[in-house]
Amino acid sequence: MNKEELKIRLESLLVSPTFEDAAEWLTVIIDPEVWEGFARQLRSTEGFDLDYLFCVTAVDWRTHFTVVYHLTSTVHRHMLVVKARLDRERPEIRTVSDIWRTAEFHEREAYDLMGIVFTGHPDLRRLFMTDEWKGWPLRKDYEDPVNMIKL
Amino acid sequence: MIQEVGTTEQGDLVVNLGPQHPSTHGVLHLVVTLNGETIKKVEPHLGYIHRSIEKMCESLSYRQFIYVTSRMDYLSSHINNHGCALCVEKGMQIEVPPRAKAIRVLMGELTRLASHQLWWGAMAMDIGALTPFFHAFREREAINDIMEETCGARLTMNYMVPGGVMADLHPNFQKRVKEFINFFRGKLHEYDELVTGNIIFKSRMEGIGYLSPEDAVSYGCTGPTARGSGVSCDIRKLYPYEVYGELQFEEVTATGGDCFARYMVRMQEMRQSISIIEQLIDNIPEGQFQAKTKAVLKLPKGEFYSRVETARGEFGVYIISEGGTTPYRIKFRSPGFSNLSALDHMARGHKIGDLVAIMGTLDLVIPDIDR
Amino acid sequence: MLSIENITHSIDAWLNGTFNPTVAVLLESLIVGFCVIGLFALLGLILVLMERKVSAYMQIRLGPNRVGPGGTLQTVADTLKLAMKEGLTPDGADKFLFNLAPFLVIVVAMMILAPVAFAKGTQIWDINIGVLYISAVSSLSVIGILMAGWASNNKYSLLGAMRSGAQIVSYELSAGLSIISIVVLTGSLRISDIIASQEDGWWIFKGHIPAVISFIIFIIAVTAETNRAPFDLAEAESELTAGFHTEYSGMKFALFFLAEYVNIFIVCAIAATLFLGGWMPLHIGHWAGFNRVMDYVPSSLWFTGKTFFLIFLIMWFRWTFPRLRIDQLLNLEWKYLLPMSMVNLLLITLIAIKGWHF
Repeated sequence: MNKEELKIRLESLLVSPTFEDAAEWLTVIIDPEVWEGFARQLRSTEGFDLDYLFCVTAVDWRTHFTVVYHLTSTVHRHMLVVKARLDRERPEIRTVSDIWRTAEFHEREAYDLMGIVFTGHPDLRRLFMTDEWKGWPLRKDYEDPVNMIKL
Repeated sequence: MIQEVGTTEQGDLVVNLGPQHPSTHGVLHLVVTLNGETIKKVEPHLGYIHRSIEKMCESLSYRQFIYVTSRMDYLSSHINNHGCALCVEKGMQIEVPPRAKAIRVLMGELTRLASHQLWWGAMAMDIGALTPFFHAFREREAINDIMEETCGARLTMNYMVPGGVMADLHPNFQKRVKEFINFFRGKLHEYDELVTGNIIFKSRMEGIGYLSPEDAVSYGCTGPTARGSGVSCDIRKLYPYEVYGELQFEEVTATGGDCFARYMVRMQEMRQSISIIEQLIDNIPEGQFQAKTKAVLKLPKGEFYSRVETARGEFGVYIISEGGTTPYRIKFRSPGFSNLSALDHMARGHKIGDLVAIMGTLDLVIPDIDR
Repeated sequence: MLSIENITHSIDAWLNGTFNPTVAVLLESLIVGFCVIGLFALLGLILVLMERKVSAYMQIRLGPNRVGPGGTLQTVADTLKLAMKEGLTPDGADKFLFNLAPFLVIVVAMMILAPVAFAKGTQIWDINIGVLYISAVSSLSVIGILMAGWASNNKYSLLGAMRSGAQIVSYELSAGLSIISIVVLTGSLRISDIIASQEDGWWIFKGHIPAVISFIIFIIAVTAETNRAPFDLAEAESELTAGFHTEYSGMKFALFFLAEYVNIFIVCAIAATLFLGGWMPLHIGHWAGFNRVMDYVPSSLWFTGKTFFLIFLIMWFRWTFPRLRIDQLLNLEWKYLLPMSMVNLLLITLIAIKGWHF
C-alpha cells in the first residue's frame, strides 16, 4: 500500500487519527491509551501486516515525551511511523514486546536512557547504565557534573 | 532477575561469560544459566563500552557528528558514516555528484569485504581453528592498505562528508583494487577449502542456533543473520541508495536458519561484493567528488531517517532537527543490538560450545551494540 | 662404536667397581632421576619452540625470532618469566589439592617415561608388563586434572575438568584396544620384546590394514588423551577461557604446560614404539643388504625421528582443525572408534592366530 491508501485504511481503524504530513513516511500520532490494541491490529490485520518493528525512539520535547515506533512490513514493504505523546511527569506506555519481540531490548534502552516506563514489560531494567545509576541521561535536563563536558 | 553468581535454586550453574572473555570479542557480558553443559538461559548485560554517542551527537555539528559514528561499528565504519551523510543530505536536499556516489559504494563494499574477512577469521577462532584468523588478516591487510592510500586511515576512515567524499581517489586506487580482487578470488577458494568443507566445522555448524523466519522478523534481525533464515532484508536491494539500483547483484539468502546458513550467506556476500566492485571499478564517472555545500550546515525543522546496509545488517539514522546547527535528538538503530536480542532464543538447549558458535555467526561488534 | 648403550654400560661397571652394589644402585637411581628431569626441561624447551615455529609456519608468520639465534632461546626466556611470576592461590580454593595437582600431573608424566626405550639398550626400566604399566599410569593424569578443576573453585575450571574426565576415561578404551592389538601380534607386554619383534619390519607394515587402522585410532585417541586440539575441550580457550588451569599462574601453570608437552612426547614415543618399531631401523624382511645400510643410522636417531614426526602430525592437527563439541567428542569415541577398534582387534587376533602377518 502506498502512503495514501495506508492513510485511508488507518482512518477506518482509529477514531480520529492525527497525521503528520511533512515526513517522508506516513506518520500517525496516537493516544498512548489505545496503543496496545492498535499495535495488535497493525501487526495482524490483513493488508497492514506490519510485522517488523525496526526502531523505537524516545524523544524529550522538554514539555512532554514522544515515543516513536518505526514499522515496516516484510510482505508489502510499506512503512508506518507511530508516535505517542507521553506526559512528562508520568511517562508510561504499554509495552509491545509481546507483539514484536525486538521491542523488549529497544524498550529497555528507552527506559534506561530516557526513563520511559513500559508497563507490562517482562524485564524492565537498566540496560547500558549500571543498576544503581541515578537519572535518565538522554533527557534534556539531565545534569552530570562529572561525566558531562559543557561546551 | 537471576543472580549473577553461584547456582540457582534448581541447582543450575550460573556462569559469567565476559565482560573479559576470549570469544565475546570485546566487553560483552553474558550471564549463562547452565544445566551441566546445556544452556537454559542467556542474559546479555550491556553497557561496558557505552559512550552515549546519541547524547554526544546532540552537541556536535552536522559535519562533526558523522565521525563519532565510526566508533560504533568500527568494522564497517565507512558504511556508518555513509548512513549519517545520507541522512544529512536528505535533510539539506543536497544532490551528490555521480563520482562521489560511485566512490562511496566502492568504499562501502571494500569495507564490507574487510568486515566479513575479519568475521570469518574470528568465527573460525571461536570454534577452535586458530589458523584461519591469520589467513583472513593477510587479505584484510590489503584492503586496509588501499584505504590508507585514499582515506589516510585504515580502520576509522572518516572519508565521508555531507555532499560527497572528503578527497578524490588516489591515482593508484583502481590498479590496486583490481590487483586485490584477483588476489582475493583465489583466497576465497582457499577459505572454502580450509573451513567450509571441514567435517568438524560442518558438524559444529549445521542445525545449531536455528532461527525461524518469523522469529528473525519478530526479533528485528537484519543482515546476514536474517537472510540466513530466508528473510529478504537487504536495504541495498529493497530501498536502493546511491548507485546500488543500477548495479547487478544478488541478494543472498539461505533457508537453513542455522549457523551454517548464516555462514554461507556471508561467504556468498563476499562474492557479491567482489562483483559489485568489479562492475564499478572501471566505470567511476568523472567529475566532482563533493557537492558545493555551505560551511555551516543547518537542517530544516523536521525528522529524517536513512537506512543503509552495513556488514551486520540495517543501520538506521534518525535525526530530529529543530532547525539549528546541531541535531535536537539523534537515534542510531544499530544492527548488532537487535541481532543480539535473538541470542537467548537461539542458544537455549544447546551446549556452551554452540553458544560460542552462534555468537560467531551473529558477528557481534560490541561498540555497535552499546553505542 | 660410541652409542648410548656403551656409555651406560661403562658407567654401570665403574659404579659397581668403585662402590658396593647398594650404593651403586642408589647412585644410578639418582643419575637416572637427574636425567629424567633434564630430559623434561629439554623436551619442554624444544617442543614449545617447535609448536610455535610449526604454528607460525602454518599461519604465514615468523614465530619467535628475537631471543637467541632464530628465536631458539624464546622458551628459555618464557620459562624464566614464568618462574619469576607469583604463584597465586585463589581465596576460595582448596589449597592443598590446588597446589598438589600440577605436581601430580608432572609426576605421572615422569612415571610413564620409565619403560620407554630411547635407543638400543637405553631404557630406564624394562618391566615385563611394559605396555600395561603405560596404560595404567597414563590414566592417572586425569586425577590431577580433576583435582585442579575441583580445587580451583572456579566454574570454568570445574567444567573443564569434568570434560577432561569424561574425555580421558572414554578415549583410554580405544587407546588401550589399539595397544592390545600390537600385544596380540607380538605376544608380549614387554617393550623390548615388542621392539625386537619388529626387526623384520614395523608392525604398521607387517600387520596389514588392521594395523594401520589401529595406528590411526591410537593417534586419534592419544590426541584426545593429551587434551590437544581438536580435542582440547578441557582448555577450550574460546569457551572456558583456559579450562582446568584457569586459576593457575607462575610455575604451577608452567608445570601443567610442561606436562602437556611431555605427554605428547610420551604418547608419540609409544606410538612410534608400538607401530613404527621404536629405535628399530627400517628393516624390510630379509633384505640383508638394505637392513645393514639402515643400521648405520644410530638407533637413537631413528627413535627421535619417528617420535618427532608423530609430534609434528599432532601439531598439524591442532593448527588445522576446529574443535569438536563435547557430545560430538563422546559420540566419536563410543559410537565409532570403540566399535571399530573392537572389530579391528578381532581381525588382528585372526591374523595373529593364522600367522598371516609377515
